[in-house]
Amino acid sequence: MQLTVNGKQTSIADQETLSVTSLLETLQVSQREYVTVELNGEILDRADFDGATVKSGDAVEFLYFMGGGAA
Amino acid sequence: MLKLPRAIFDALIVHAREGFPLEVCGILGGLDGEVSGHFPMINLDASSEHFMMDPKEQFGVIKELRAKGLAMVAVYHSHPASPARPSAEDIRLALTPDISHVIVSLAEPEPVLKSFRITDGVVEPEEISLI
Repeated sequence: MQLTVNGKQTSIADQETLSVTSLLETLQVSQREYVTVELNGEILDRADFDGATVKSGDAVEFLYFMGGGAA
Repeated sequence: MLKLPRAIFDALIVHAREGFPLEVCGILGGLDGEVSGHFPMINLDASSEHFMMDPKEQFGVIKELRAKGLAMVAVYHSHPASPARPSAEDIRLALTPDISHVIVSLAEPEPVLKSFRITDGVVEPEEISLI
């Protein structure tokens, strides 16, 4: 399937759909517990990563949590 | 090396002072280590010791930069009462690859701004060139 991932056209071989969790694994995204995902403009709850599916033509954005502290 | 326009350097100091005693945070956009845009962000923690950006706001900035052919070059935050060096939490949460981490300290009478590269928990100071 063909996706747009972070603005870039991306081919995922031999898959017609994937869960968001599987997509992040396929893309070798590390430390996925700190990743926020937007699917077709909607930010997903982390609890939905297993159940939400992506298909050809979808636009996926992901980014890492940004935080820290002085302590 | 992080190339930082003097006007944005000054704006970061102003942002940190305006937010005091809370931490402020933001994103610096540009290309190839040269900053050309400054995006103050909401600190969801509203804390003097922590910051957390709003992912929705982050997505908006990233897309705006991409549409201009730019990228995120650095994230910054302030340390209202501690030195300009990454805390253990800063290091642990430095997850975005290939960006600089700028810290503005207001712990001394004169603000101190430093930049770091943090990769897999390893911190390296980074030279800042004012342009």
